[in-house]
Amino acid sequence: MEHIYMDHAATTPMDKRVAEAMTPIFVDVFGNPSSVHSFGRTARQYLDGARRTMARSIHADEKEIIFTSGGTEADNLAIIGTALANRHKGNHVITTVQEHHASLHAAQYLEKEGFDVTYLPVDEKGIVSLDKLKDALTDETIVVSIMFVNNETGMIQPVEAIGKLLNDHQAYFHTDAVQAFGLLDINVKQAGIDLLTVSAHKINGPKGIGFLYAADGVSMQTLQFGGEQERKRRPGTENVPAVVGFQKAVELAMENKTERCQTYWRYKEQFIEKLANNGVKFTVNGDLEKSIASIVNISFPGTNVETLLTNFDLDGLAASSGSACTAGSVEPSHVLAAMFGDGDERTTNSIRFSFGLFNTDENVPEAADRVANIVQRLTGGRRQNR
Amino acid sequence: MKNNQDTRVVVGMSGGVDSSVAALLLKEQGYDVVGIFMKNWDDTDEDGVCTATEDFDDVVRVCNQLDIPYFAVNFEKQYWDKVFTYFLDEYKAGRTPNPDVMCNKEIKFKAFLDHAMSLGADYLATGHYAQVRNNNGTFEMLRGADSNKDQTYFLNQLTEDVLERVMFPLGHMTKQEVRAIAEEHGLVTAAKKDSTGICFIGERNFKEFLSEYLPAQPGTMKTLDGVEKGKHDGLMYYTIGQRQGLGIGGSGDPWFVVGKDLEDNVLYVGQGFDNEKLYSNSLIASDVNWINDRTEETFTCTAKFRYRQKDSTVTVTQMANGNVHVAFNEPQRAITPGQAVVFYDGDVCLGGGTIDKVLKHGQQLAYVG
Repeated sequence: MEHIYMDHAATTPMDKRVAEAMTPIFVDVFGNPSSVHSFGRTARQYLDGARRTMARSIHADEKEIIFTSGGTEADNLAIIGTALANRHKGNHVITTVQEHHASLHAAQYLEKEGFDVTYLPVDEKGIVSLDKLKDALTDETIVVSIMFVNNETGMIQPVEAIGKLLNDHQAYFHTDAVQAFGLLDINVKQAGIDLLTVSAHKINGPKGIGFLYAADGVSMQTLQFGGEQERKRRPGTENVPAVVGFQKAVELAMENKTERCQTYWRYKEQFIEKLANNGVKFTVNGDLEKSIASIVNISFPGTNVETLLTNFDLDGLAASSGSACTAGSVEPSHVLAAMFGDGDERTTNSIRFSFGLFNTDENVPEAADRVANIVQRLTGGRRQNR
Repeated sequence: MKNNQDTRVVVGMSGGVDSSVAALLLKEQGYDVVGIFMKNWDDTDEDGVCTATEDFDDVVRVCNQLDIPYFAVNFEKQYWDKVFTYFLDEYKAGRTPNPDVMCNKEIKFKAFLDHAMSLGADYLATGHYAQVRNNNGTFEMLRGADSNKDQTYFLNQLTEDVLERVMFPLGHMTKQEVRAIAEEHGLVTAAKKDSTGICFIGERNFKEFLSEYLPAQPGTMKTLDGVEKGKHDGLMYYTIGQRQGLGIGGSGDPWFVVGKDLEDNVLYVGQGFDNEKLYSNSLIASDVNWINDRTEETFTCTAKFRYRQKDSTVTVTQMANGNVHVAFNEPQRAITPGQAVVFYDGDVCLGGGTIDKVLKHGQQLAYVG
């Protein structure tokens, strides 16, 4: 049985070229970038080069790039770090109900620290409303954190419009672009973004590395204490091999962005079409028109997530419900609950399929066939014999 | 017949040593083994800590040691509706429920069995100490070989069509052997303590737990002759034959609960372990399940009225309404409504029912409910 990976929104396979770029660094470039000798300088060169690549990829300045251990740390730093540093300007933070837990739990932490947090709702298509944001903004608002692309539904949020809206407001605009980066064009200056999160392992890079873009002049408190690395914003000796791998992944992502977008759209359409041709009953959650190429979230009426995912896995197919687990069992998705309301059947019968490097024009239709077989077996009421 | 490697067996794994070894034995026999953890109860405390997380973590570690896939399934809602609601209702009615029997009937060998079948399983296996025997196409349930651990008492509501799809890999073993195998293979659960008490209460104080769900109504404690002996904390906290927690001092024999009056909220007590008020001659049971067809109207067999009790000889008479009348050869002490009566023919478990009424010389003992 061929295993098929359809969970690229969770993590991606590393591109071989990334691994190749990293391999010599581990042994040969071991210097500490902060050291004042040749070994340190060599390491620092790699670090600087990578920082330049990161900056260029989002039209930022290299001084505005802070390497972190990944998306979670970048989100935490952006939200908590800026809120704590700007408390004198106000006590209000705005985010949305459908954020990734790295942002959501950071906002909840701020609530515990006495901040007022507004969690904006989303509509049935999974998109946040500009009017609701306008209504929520006050003179006290210091940070607005709204993700670029939702990780469960793939819905693209109106980031540029939000940036524009906040242009003449004191609040910093943070966006978690973990799912968007590498597929969508991002220009932080044009979009009015003050803080932006990117993670390497979602773009075929190594795990344990990401960056936070923080616009020049953004006042932010560090959450970690130590040396003077990353302009004192993120102390700790830099992970140079990972940074180099990240750089390679970004270069590759920028190189053939359009082509990959087209490929993933083709996969998505093939997948949906094949399900339909197989006579499976399903609906796509959100709005295909406004979704990113790599993610589709599908509801299968009359099923439940746990049974589906277990069956998929036993059939060699990796997908997910996109949501957190407690004691290994799947909780209803907070994103779908935000879209459809608590208790809606779709919160417990929807699966996220996400496309990427692992997929081919052969294994995507094959995956759809496996899904169709399983869904039909489960909803047909037949007791199956393998 | 499928060979073992094409036979998928879903093992219900709790994170304990028994189900770990059950999975190990099946894996060694070459089956296509899938480990599944059931989450039936949300006991997350204020700090977000929940024992289910730790138990699942043990399942993960054992499954990784055995190199079998593992998953979890959530039956919290079904458990609440089918087991916990029953549990509370029985206490409200002044009875002593047996949630383990109900859990096996409604969750483990119904909802969970269905789930296993939906995953293409041929069998569901658990770490219970019981045995399935295929007697020329008739599937019977036998006591576990370890008489000290035999769990057929809790499995009395299983039916033949369920047993046909069930495996009890530990049924022929002793607990000692199971632990030895776990140790020999270095399973991380080898030294894990056996779980005690009712699963959703765990190590917590039973009284405290129950009071979170049912209002306690304190009342008076009396002898059956009407002599007041003190106060009780609420009838639900007491079970027939109980000695602890009565707080009646004085000289003479210790005091025991002999009955309850739900209407007047009175707890009846009597003196002496062998107080004659605790003894009865027969009972009537409802929700009767016969594992294999049982047509004889009256027959003699043995029975247990509590877990781990020695068998007693009884004469069972099936009544028209599906209930059974169970007459004891010897008078029995502290028969408790709500508990299970389970029938045996030698090592074969015939089935069982819920004790509803307790009779003495043909008269219902109104004071025991």
